[in-house]
Amino acid sequence: MTPIEETENTHTIAVLVDNEPGVLARVIGLFSGRGYNIDSLTVAEVRARRHQSRITIVTTGTPMIIEQIKAQLGRLVPVHSVSDLTLEGPHVERELALVKVAGTGEKRVESLRIADIFRARVLDSTNESFVFEIVGDTGKLNAFVDLMRPLGLVDVSRTGVVAIARGAEAL
Amino acid sequence: MANGKKKANNNTGTMSGSEILIKALSDQGVTRIFGYPGGAVLPLYDAMHQQNSIKHILVRQEGGAVHAAEGYARSTGEVGVVLVTSGPGATNAVTGLTDAMMDSIPLVCITGQVPTHLIGNDAFQECDTTGITRPCTKHNYLVKKVEDLAHVVHEAFHVARSGRPGPVVIDLPKDVAMAIGAYLAPDKIEHKNYAPQVKGDASAIKEAVALMAGAKKPIFYCGGGVINSGPKASKLLTELVHTSGYPCTLTLMGLGAYPASDPQFLGMLGMHGTYEANLAMHDCDVMVCVGARFDDRITGVLSKFSPNSKKIHIDIDPSSINKNVKVDVPIVGDVANVLEDMIKQWKASNAKPDQKALKAWWKQIDEWRAKDCLKYVQSGDIIKPQYAIQRLYEATKNLDEVYITTEVGQHQMWAAQFYGFEKPNHWMTSGGLGTMGYGLPAAVGAQVAHPDALVIDIAGEASILMNIQEMSTIAQYRLPVKVFILNNEYMGMVRQWQELLHGGRYAESYMESLPDFEMLAESFGAVGLRADKAGDLDGMIQEMLKTDKAVIADVRVEKLESCYPMIPSGAAHNDMLLGPEDEANKPISEDGMVLV
Ligand SMILES: Cc1cc2nc3c(=O)[nH]c(=O)nc-3n(C[C@H](O)[C@H](O)[C@H](O)COP(=O)(O)OP(=O)(O)OC[C@H]3O[C@@H](n4cnc5c(N)ncnc54)[C@H](O)[C@@H]3O)c2cc1C
Ligand SMILES: Cc1ncc(C[n+]2csc(CCOP(=O)(O)OP(=O)(O)O)c2C)c(N)n1
Ligand SMILES: [Mg+2]
Repeated sequence: MTPIEETENTHTIAVLVDNEPGVLARVIGLFSGRGYNIDSLTVAEVRARRHQSRITIVTTGTPMIIEQIKAQLGRLVPVHSVSDLTLEGPHVERELALVKVAGTGEKRVESLRIADIFRARVLDSTNESFVFEIVGDTGKLNAFVDLMRPLGLVDVSRTGVVAIARGAEAL
Repeated sequence: MANGKKKANNNTGTMSGSEILIKALSDQGVTRIFGYPGGAVLPLYDAMHQQNSIKHILVRQEGGAVHAAEGYARSTGEVGVVLVTSGPGATNAVTGLTDAMMDSIPLVCITGQVPTHLIGNDAFQECDTTGITRPCTKHNYLVKKVEDLAHVVHEAFHVARSGRPGPVVIDLPKDVAMAIGAYLAPDKIEHKNYAPQVKGDASAIKEAVALMAGAKKPIFYCGGGVINSGPKASKLLTELVHTSGYPCTLTLMGLGAYPASDPQFLGMLGMHGTYEANLAMHDCDVMVCVGARFDDRITGVLSKFSPNSKKIHIDIDPSSINKNVKVDVPIVGDVANVLEDMIKQWKASNAKPDQKALKAWWKQIDEWRAKDCLKYVQSGDIIKPQYAIQRLYEATKNLDEVYITTEVGQHQMWAAQFYGFEKPNHWMTSGGLGTMGYGLPAAVGAQVAHPDALVIDIAGEASILMNIQEMSTIAQYRLPVKVFILNNEYMGMVRQWQELLHGGRYAESYMESLPDFEMLAESFGAVGLRADKAGDLDGMIQEMLKTDKAVIADVRVEKLESCYPMIPSGAAHNDMLLGPEDEANKPISEDGMVLV
């Protein structure tokens, strides 16, 4: 039995930073230097006029480690705010994947059928391949990729998670 | 600028990048810079040469410049400033920056860089300075446009000195230093988001005071954060400790934050701390941690660290809280600020500690004290290292201003145990990184800051050789620094661990081929002294103190002395080794062996 303090949980953390050179290196360096996990990390400028970017990090750790990660992020000078979406109430998460499946005949038809069920779109098609675009939470994307594997999966590109809190409030 | 030969035009308020830098430094109150020139910083040196508000101290290796700036900063409470060239100049500075990062020392280090159009080309003496220094600075900047320079310099000082202090690097390409731009005064600077929390949460303070007032076995465990917070914090700490009547212990970094001679002081705690301090930490029911960071030298094995106490932790850096040890009442804020509120709250709530319990607690502490854990026997001719420090302390304790720096090793621990510090900012040592070679340049910095004070580097014969070149700096500026070497002909701390953990196989820890320190001193224009026998010691110390020049004193001490008390790695506070007799009885666990 692992005591509660020792159990690891996955958290989605949103970080608002100044979009300046090196800021991503600071964040990534912090994780590698201190031995924290990064399950996924996404970044893009979200407030162009204020030159601010939003980084969404999905990370796993014990409550003490998660608290450390947030405190360490908060310590970086270009960081404006650190929000633990997992703790701070309901939020939605989405990820986008591009999935390439190659094959012909029955498998090709089957892949298209499954894509339809998952509401994946066909972005590119040749006689022997599809590129699907699928949006959803991480679990849904994993399931889709798993189903495509026996049907000729050849390549996957994923964005990593973006997340936002539900309701009217901003970060 | 007297001779006013400038391309830049004062009427339009424009100047060269170099001039902007100097002006910004000067407006930040800088009067001393420690540095070393090179191609990428020639324009800066040229600008410096043409002014006299800032004095440059030429060190002999860039690593020395950073430690000197640390000594300057710690002994004044101001930001230490360093100027080095690109490439090797910057990489030589890395150890010092890491040292300052670990010990929360405010520094601004300006590194030259190749011109912007060559960055990334493997140009001559190029290195990725911001990349290399990112993990070992509080923040760093690469200035790509001269318009940003003044702002960056002012912000760098703000970042270095506020919140939890630390080193900040400004990487300045040569073309930016030569470009013409406008100056911006410090008061025109706005900070977007960096705003450390200074004031503690009122309800947390209330809770803490209630907890403290109800304690039966309390202890104050205080550290470098009290020194970082300024001399007022030490005064307030002393007031609160006195008002409460509780015992107080300090970390290595905190020495001087509370007067060593005070009866409520239990000495330093931790791996080489006193028996009474460590046992009181182990047995206490309420621990008040003030500006200390539960370092592994303090806690020993975490699962056995002070198992039955409620813990209050005052720290300005939220990442220090709950990092190693889970605390019950965290208070994020500046020590002085929070202590002031705590004292008010203590008085307002009319706190009345349980005197009976407190008396029993002190009785227990006095029993631990009676062990006299620091005792040693000085008999015969051979000088015990502890005795050497004790005599040095006796000879200097009544002098007005004495600044002690140390190198790293046993001598450092004996200095911490046997030299009493009454005031903050008079003790400079490399605690977190444990950098051998820190003490001599740090003494340079302290002496530059306090030309008339007595500055002593308590050194080991191995450590002193790591930055011995700084004797030349000492000679150039006629700094009367005293180097007091406890010469045991061993890397004593390494030898001690080998004795304890590796069957006494002293692999590479014997110091072969040492220089003749007296002759070495003379070659640098300093005075060389030596004491071989206990009977010579006091005379040598007097001689050293009488000399108005720099001195290297070679004190030949017992070679195989170990430093006690000691909590071996992997052990708990109440499992200390008090002397060699204990070593046989308490073998180190395998888990302990892997720890450092
Ligand atoms: C050979 C060797 C042996 C050692 N043995 C020991 C030993 O036996 N005992 C010992 O104590 N140490 C020992 N050390 C030193 C040890 O490694 C640590 O450096 C030291 O214990 C840390 O001290 P500190 O907790 O006071 O923290 P510091 O490193 O001084 O950190 C200060 C803390 O205060 C906070 N702070 C800073 N400014 C403020 C402010 N204004 N307000 C509030 N908080 C603030 C910071 O965020 C930080 O958490 C040894 C070192 C060496 C090299
Ligand atoms: C730069 C650096 N290298 C190695 C070490 C590891 N180390 C710690 S203490 C020590 C020996 C120091 O010897 P000396 O200066 O003679 O001091 P003593 O312990 O003998 O008093 C060594 C090698 C260190 N702390 N710093
Ligand atoms: Mg030695």
